[in-house]
Amino acid sequence: MTTEKKVTLWIDGVKVTVSEKSTVLQAARSINIDVPSLCYHPDLSVLGACRVCLVEVEGQRNPVASCSFPVAEGMKVKTSSTLLRRLRRDVVELILDNHPMDCQTCVRNGTCELQKLAYDLGVRERLFQGERKHFEEDKSSPVHRNPDKCILCGRCIRVCGEVQGVNNLGVQNRGFRNVVAPAHECNMIDSVCIHCGQCVNVCPTAAFTEQDATESVFEALANPDLHVVVHTAPAIRATVGEGFGFKPGTPVTGKLVTALRRAGFHKVFDTNFAADLTIMEESAEFISRVQKNERLPLITSCSPGWVNFMERFYPELIPLTSTCKSPMSMQSTLLKTYYAQQMGIDPKNIFVVAVMPCTAKKFEASRPAHMAPWGKPYTDAVLTTRELIWMLKCLGVDFRNLEDGMFDSPMGVSSGAADIFGATGGVMEAALRTAYEKITGKELEALDFKQVRGVEGVKETSVEINGLTINIGVANGLKNARHILDRVVSGEKVYHIIEIMACPGGCVAGGGQPYPPAGMHVLDPELGRLRAQALYSIDGGKSLRKSHENPAIEFLYENFLGAPNSHLCHELLHTHYEPKYPRGVK
Amino acid sequence: MKSDLFKKEQDKAKAVFPETVVRYIEECAAKTNPDSHLISVLHKVQDHFGFLAKEHMDAVSVLMQIPSTKVSGVASFYHFFNFTPRGKHRISLCMGTACFVKGAGLVLNKLKDLLGIDIGQTTPDALFSIDVARCVGACALAPVMIVDEKVYAGVKPDQVVKILAEYGFDPKKAKA
Repeated sequence: MTTEKKVTLWIDGVKVTVSEKSTVLQAARSINIDVPSLCYHPDLSVLGACRVCLVEVEGQRNPVASCSFPVAEGMKVKTSSTLLRRLRRDVVELILDNHPMDCQTCVRNGTCELQKLAYDLGVRERLFQGERKHFEEDKSSPVHRNPDKCILCGRCIRVCGEVQGVNNLGVQNRGFRNVVAPAHECNMIDSVCIHCGQCVNVCPTAAFTEQDATESVFEALANPDLHVVVHTAPAIRATVGEGFGFKPGTPVTGKLVTALRRAGFHKVFDTNFAADLTIMEESAEFISRVQKNERLPLITSCSPGWVNFMERFYPELIPLTSTCKSPMSMQSTLLKTYYAQQMGIDPKNIFVVAVMPCTAKKFEASRPAHMAPWGKPYTDAVLTTRELIWMLKCLGVDFRNLEDGMFDSPMGVSSGAADIFGATGGVMEAALRTAYEKITGKELEALDFKQVRGVEGVKETSVEINGLTINIGVANGLKNARHILDRVVSGEKVYHIIEIMACPGGCVAGGGQPYPPAGMHVLDPELGRLRAQALYSIDGGKSLRKSHENPAIEFLYENFLGAPNSHLCHELLHTHYEPKYPRGVK
Repeated sequence: MKSDLFKKEQDKAKAVFPETVVRYIEECAAKTNPDSHLISVLHKVQDHFGFLAKEHMDAVSVLMQIPSTKVSGVASFYHFFNFTPRGKHRISLCMGTACFVKGAGLVLNKLKDLLGIDIGQTTPDALFSIDVARCVGACALAPVMIVDEKVYAGVKPDQVVKILAEYGFDPKKAKA
């Protein structure tokens, strides 16, 4: 391995030695000089479009964009001067000139990077007001697109292509008609979009946002005829605290439960319950396929972004994908069947709200396969973590100082295996804990499958179960997933079981999660690691850590479902997929 | 990556184009940096159909394995590509500086009046479409009007009816 060559340069008189492949911006930030930037994103390719990160380099006639300017030996850089201060301010002012002036009514008010920059750089008046672009808003899918607020930084295009491998977004037209849109400027719902929401996460403004479900939830809560229940995904407990000033990676399960009760939900359940159930169904499916040696590898189906991707980009993998509904849909289905029956409530009067880290879950809830026989979806509303945080703020819930609460029974009891569903590798680990014991009949000594943990994009390993070597693939971020999927399709490598999570890092970094706090960024591996750590600590602190030992699940099978993969299970807990158009380009 | 479904999609895309265009795309795909041939492929397709429809661009996307947002992005960037069917006879009027000074604007108004269409549009009978060219490099002949391949020099507004009549224009149909 060749060692990287280093170069030494001076930034604002401070000597700094960095890799010769660094840019001036990276070098400056390495010594805590925070050159302002906008289109730049540390985990995406460099575009150099916005010109906010201008610096002066000795010997260069004009200021240069530091995000795309490579360092050189002996270079002398100035990051602040009267000229730079004015130039940066004018650059932002010019961007603002083509941007609506509606910060107070904007959903990104307070989290908008453009707003922050305008403040930081001292834009106090608008000097260049002129004609402003106008496009129709696209509210066709769970991911809303409002080009009027777009500043053409191209982060969404890059995350969609470079991280997710979807390549749905691109720049269309030229000049004043320039717009970021799917092919032919079609609506998101008619495009190859998989609704993962990563564009919402990386967008500095409100050009991409999620479909609002808060109003329908408020209405339901105010309706005396409805029994309103909520269930929250594994990843929410690790991130919702960030909205109230907790450090990333602070588990707040108890406060979350109390907050939801304060918000007025009649019952507060845990999607974890259905995560345990998913493991029961999925491991039964897996064991049966392994025993018959057919339809292998089994590919997990919990991530709705992945399911959408599969139907458009890898329809040949439909037969291999687990037919299990996601935990959200299992939980919602059972709430309107099993739970309704137990409580003696007409399921039509139950309003099910799911709090998810995900925009694609909103799409999943609307899939025809997830409709109840009376034509309404099993999940009536899906809130993202961000939406829930806002609702709690709106209701004046003092989240930080809440006492801890407990989920309601029976659909609030869960094992540690369910908690880790929110992190990449977590579903795999949970499945292995159960599959191992089911196949061997022996108790598993070490429950931690560390080889499938961690934020790496692709993890491959194998475990020995009863003399059979089980080849495992785990991927997060769909560009990474292709690495494994292509080898499945070509038959190049034999896998037995594969876990795919659409978002980089898994659900903890899902498209509905809070915008990162200062000092961290979207896609930050450290942010993913901290949030995942919260889930693993919850798992490690539980005595119940295996899905099949969850007494509430055992009770459910004995008294309602029968055995895993029974006829009733198939009717309620399993689904099907179909190839979709437009087909994505691989 | 190849699978049966992949091949099926490829065959469907091929069926959109005549053999010559398919062969051209395949030649381009075999070159190094096949993506860089996108523009010439789009030209080839437009030469054949006279315009680029969504299904043409999507088929190019499938055959070249370039995301269709990129294909439509490139096509919508360049003025040379158009997305509506063109007339049987394509009128191209030079609006370069010399032609404009010599009265191309008046010729354009006359054309619009007679045909009842704007720049970039096609007459309802699909006989004519009007495009505006940047300088065609024949300033000595200003104002220049090109119909299909034929160049008309020093065009005056009152000559337009006669020129159009050569291509089957019926003056009685003209508005006002």
